[in-house]
Amino acid sequence: MKKLSSLMLALMLSIAAFAQPSSVEMADTMRSEGKIYVVIATITIVFIGLAIFLFSIDRRVKKLEKSN
Amino acid sequence: MKFIYQTWWKVLTVILIGSTFITGLLFKVPRLDILHETIRNLYFHVPMWMGMLTVLVVSVFYSVRYLANPKEEYDIAAVECVNTGLFFYAIGLVTGMMWAKYTWGEYWSGDPKQNSAAIAFLLYCAYVVLRNSIDEEQKRAKIAAIYNIFAFPIMVVLIFVLPRMTDSLHPGSGGNPAFGKYDLDNGMKLAFYPAMLGWSFLALWIATLRFRIRTIEYKKNAVN
Repeated sequence: MKKLSSLMLALMLSIAAFAQPSSVEMADTMRSEGKIYVVIATITIVFIGLAIFLFSIDRRVKKLEKSN
Repeated sequence: MKFIYQTWWKVLTVILIGSTFITGLLFKVPRLDILHETIRNLYFHVPMWMGMLTVLVVSVFYSVRYLANPKEEYDIAAVECVNTGLFFYAIGLVTGMMWAKYTWGEYWSGDPKQNSAAIAFLLYCAYVVLRNSIDEEQKRAKIAAIYNIFAFPIMVVLIFVLPRMTDSLHPGSGGNPAFGKYDLDNGMKLAFYPAMLGWSFLALWIATLRFRIRTIEYKKNAVN
């Protein structure tokens, strides 16, 4: 537990260290590291959409199976 | 076959694949020339083939079962697995071509792996054509099952054995080590194995959906 908390502390400190050069505070999270997070968000949205779609097909098939 | 109606493994599928979008794009990968960041394609290109292989294995399993015990549902399971497998096959080929364009220089460079993958693709297309060309139901199911059982090992040899025995640009061929040798230990496994498992399950899921729809259709036709 102690290890974990010290790790978290170190992580937070490093985040603070990263944030220092930009003096004006902006929502930089999604823009860091070549904006890769935006791509991840896009793919994840696409995939979650597809998953919901698949689940809904699954439900409809189930309904059909019951009515038969 | 009860489990195809259950939900837990479908949720697991979504979690497994979803996690690889985050781990696969964020985790550290080896810095290699030519490949650069495209090495991450390993998490998205290779699992297509794994998904294909999974449903094709299931398909052969049901073809064998059909021959042992000619039940219509086994035939339907085998066919729908091949249909799903062909979809993943095509996606695997196209993603491979995309990757090849930016690492090997051409979409299609006549590489042994590409060529034999294309031949095996035609082999399975022939399965679909053969099956659709026979009208009589039982004969069709029997011939399709036998063809499928022969097609599978030929496909495996064409894709996974022959290209490895010659020089090929594709990793894992002619003294060219696959990724597994020296890269996969660097934490890449954390994204790679969930991706392989997840996409296999996704292929199975789609195949079961197609199987269930086809079964409904079949029952409807049988009643009329």
